[in-house]
Amino acid sequence: MARLMLVAFDPSEVALGHGFASALGIPFDVLLLSGADPAEIGAERTLAANLGDVPPADSIEDGVVAQLGGYSHIASVSSMRSKDHLPRWAAHLGAAMVTDVIVVEAENRFRRPIVAGSMIETVEVSGSPIVMTFRPSGFAKFSPNGTAAADSITIPITDRTRRVGASARGGARPDLTAAKVIVSGGRPLKDAETFERVIGGFADSVHGAAGATRAAVDSHIAPNELQVGQTGKIVAPDLYIAAGVSGSTQHMAGIKDSKTIVAVNIDPDAPIFENADLGMVGDLFVVLPELQAKLAGKF
Amino acid sequence: MKIMVTVKRVIDPYAKVRPLSDGSGVDTTGVKFDANPFDEIAVEEAVRQKEKNPVIEIVAVSLGGTECEEQLRKALAMGADKAVLIESSENYDTLAVAEEFVALVKAESPDLVLMGKQSTDGDNNQVGQMMAALLGWPQATFASKLELADGTARVTRETDTGEETLEMNLPAIVTTDLRLNEPRYIALPGIIKARSKPLEKRPPSSTATSRVKTVKVEAVPARSAGKKVGSVDELVAELSARGLF
Repeated sequence: MARLMLVAFDPSEVALGHGFASALGIPFDVLLLSGADPAEIGAERTLAANLGDVPPADSIEDGVVAQLGGYSHIASVSSMRSKDHLPRWAAHLGAAMVTDVIVVEAENRFRRPIVAGSMIETVEVSGSPIVMTFRPSGFAKFSPNGTAAADSITIPITDRTRRVGASARGGARPDLTAAKVIVSGGRPLKDAETFERVIGGFADSVHGAAGATRAAVDSHIAPNELQVGQTGKIVAPDLYIAAGVSGSTQHMAGIKDSKTIVAVNIDPDAPIFENADLGMVGDLFVVLPELQAKLAGKF
Repeated sequence: MKIMVTVKRVIDPYAKVRPLSDGSGVDTTGVKFDANPFDEIAVEEAVRQKEKNPVIEIVAVSLGGTECEEQLRKALAMGADKAVLIESSENYDTLAVAEEFVALVKAESPDLVLMGKQSTDGDNNQVGQMMAALLGWPQATFASKLELADGTARVTRETDTGEETLEMNLPAIVTTDLRLNEPRYIALPGIIKARSKPLEKRPPSSTATSRVKTVKVEAVPARSAGKKVGSVDELVAELSARGLF
C-alpha cells in the first residue's frame, strides 16, 4: 500500500508538506524531528521526536530509519539540512532518491530541475521506497487548521560526530524561503555596512527578507546564508526586488518561481531585464530609498 | 594518510545547453566537458592538505567511459598522486555510483573521502552522503573549512541559517561547497608531470543498476521580459495594479 512519511525537521515544514502530500495523493503520516505544536494538515498520524537541535546526520540515521518501515514514499522539504540527511536514509534503505521535486506526475514519476535550473528532467523511479526532497514553491500553499495531536517517540542519538560550534544569523527578518517579499542586492552594494543599511533597511520596512547574489557573498558584502540562486537558496516570494543584480543564469534559477520580479539596475543592458516583470533603469542608491518610502507600511 | 577525491566529468558548467529535440536527453553536440567544479574544489583541498602534511597520498577516482581520463589527468596535474577510473559506459543512478565508489574505498582504504557536494549536471547532492551511510562513516556536507589532526577532522559547514563546526573521527566523508577554496590554475609543469603519474582502469564491481530513469528532458520556459518603467511612482502603480498591496 502506498503511504507517505513526511519528515519535518521543524514545525514550519509541516504545513509546507501539505501541498506535496496532496499532489502525491496517498495517505500520509508526519514525523516531526524537532519542536512541538505541528499544524493540522490531514496526516493520519503525527510522530514527534522532540530532538531540539537536530543532531548531525550520522547521529540520528539509525533512529530515523527505524521509523520509516512500511512507507512507499519518504519526503522532506528541500533545504541544506534535508539534503544532508535524506540521502543517508535512502542508502540505508537501499532506496532510490529524487532531489528537488517540483511536479508530481504519478506516484513514481516526477519532474525536477537539472543543470543549474536551465532544464527540467522527468524521472521514473522503480522500486520502493522512494526518498525525495521537494521544493515547496511547486505545490499549493496551505493554511493549517488547528493543531495535530502528536505521539511522542524517542529517536536514539549516537555521538560519534560532535557539534562543537554553530552560528545562526538570527534577527527578526523572515527566512528567505518563507518571505513574501525579498529585497536582494549585488556587488554594487559595495560593502557589508552599505548592504545592511540599503538592502536590510528596505527589507525591514516591508517585513521582508534580505537576499544577495553569489558575487556579493564572495566579496563579503553579504553573509553566505543570504545567497540566492541555484547554488544558494531557491526562493519563491510574491515580490522579488533585485537591486544591482545582473541576472546570471544561476541567480535566475533561484528566483524564477517568484510571482513578480522587479529589477533596478543602472545598466540598461543587464540580462536581468529580460526576465523581470518590471524593470527600472537607474541608480539603486536613488531608486531604492524612494521606493522604500513609497512602499513603507503597505506590506 | 590517504585522501580519496572523486572527479566527475560534466558538461562545461558555463556552456549554454539545450535538450535534444526529441527530449531524450541533453544535447551535448559541440559542448565541452570539464571536471565538476565542486570536485575541483575537493581536489584543491586535498592538495592543500598535502602541502601542509607531505605524507598524505591523494587518489583521484572517477566512474564513466575512457573519456573521463581527461578529468582525472586534470586532478593529477593539480597534484593528485594517482588516479583510478572505474570504466563503464552504463547508466548509474546515485545509489549505484555510491556503491561503486564504496567498493573502491574498501580496496583503497582512504582515511578521508573528499568530494563535491553535487555535480553541476545532475544537481542531486546525494552520492557523498549515500557513501557515508553505506560505509557507516560520519560525514560533513557543504564544507567551508577543513582541519585535519590526529585521526580527526574538524569541519566548518554551511547551514540554512549560518554555519556550524563538526568534529569527527576519521575515516569520514566531507563534501565541498563553493567557499572552501579557490582551485589553482594548472601550470604547464603540472600537466607534463601528470602524464607520467599512474592512472589505473578497473571494471565496475557489479552490474550497473538504475532505479531512477530519465524519461524526458525539456527546456525551462523562459520568463518573458516585462515592462520597463520610467519612475518610482509608475513602479508603485504597477505593483499595486498587480494586487501586491
